[in-house]
Amino acid sequence: MTIDLILFLILGLTAIATALGMLFSRNAVYAALFLILNFCTVALFYLLLDAPFIALTQVTVYAGAIMVLFLFVIMLLGAEQTASVPSTWWVQRTPLFLGAVLLVEIIAIIYNQRDRLPVVAPPSAAFGTPTSVGEILFNQYLLPFEVTSILLLVAMIGAIVLSKPKA
Amino acid sequence: MLPVAYYIGLSAILFTIGALGVLIRRNSIVIFMSVELMLNSANLAFIAFARAYGVMGGQIFVFFIMTVAAAEVAVGLALIVTIFRSKQSIDVDQMNSLKG
Repeated sequence: MTIDLILFLILGLTAIATALGMLFSRNAVYAALFLILNFCTVALFYLLLDAPFIALTQVTVYAGAIMVLFLFVIMLLGAEQTASVPSTWWVQRTPLFLGAVLLVEIIAIIYNQRDRLPVVAPPSAAFGTPTSVGEILFNQYLLPFEVTSILLLVAMIGAIVLSKPKA
Repeated sequence: MLPVAYYIGLSAILFTIGALGVLIRRNSIVIFMSVELMLNSANLAFIAFARAYGVMGGQIFVFFIMTVAAAEVAVGLALIVTIFRSKQSIDVDQMNSLKG
C-alpha cells in the first residue's frame, strides 16, 4: 500500500461519511456543518490532484461564502427542523431503490469503459499553478470569464428583487 | 497519482448520496445542499480527468461551475426566503400552489 492509497482511503471515507451525515442529520444546521467538512475534504483531494488554486477557491467560495449564506438563511428563518410527515412506505422506499439503480448504472458504465480511461502521465511543472490558471483564463477563456460577471450581476439583482418585501 | 477510476468511483458515490438527499429530505434548504453536493462531485471528476490528461481545461471549467453555483445559491435562497414569508414553512410538501 502506497501513501497515496492510504491518503485516498482516509479522505474518501471521510467524504462519504460527512455526505451521509448531511443526508441523515435531523437538524439543518448540522447538515450544513457536515457539508462544510465534506467540501474541505474534497479540497484536499484537489490538492492531491495538483490543483492548488481550485482547492483554495473551493475552501473560500464553497466552504466560506456559500455555506455561510446557507447558515445565515437557516438561522434567519429559524427553520432548523421540519416536522416529520408520516409518509407511506413507497415514498420512503422508492428513493432508496432509485439511488441504488443510479449507483449501479454509474459503476457499470465506469467498469465497461475502463479500457478507455486515460493513463495517468506525470504533469508538467507548471500544471495547476495559479500562474497557469490565470494565463489560460485570461487568454483562451476571456469571453466566458466576462460573461460570468454578467451572470453574477443578474443573480445579485434577482436575489434583491425576490427578497424585497412587497410594498 | 492513483488510477483515475478511483476518483470517478468516489465522485459517483457522492453524486448518488446527493441525489438521494434530493429525493428523501423534505426540508428545502437541505435539498438545496444536496444539489451543491452533486455539483461538487462533478467538480471532483473534472479535476481528476484534468490531472489524468494533463490539460488545464478541466480546472477552468470547475472555476466556472463554482461561479454558477454561487449565483444559483443566491437566487435559490432568496426564493426560499420569499416562500417562507407566504407559507411560514420550508417543507417542500407545503409548496403545492402556483400562486401566493
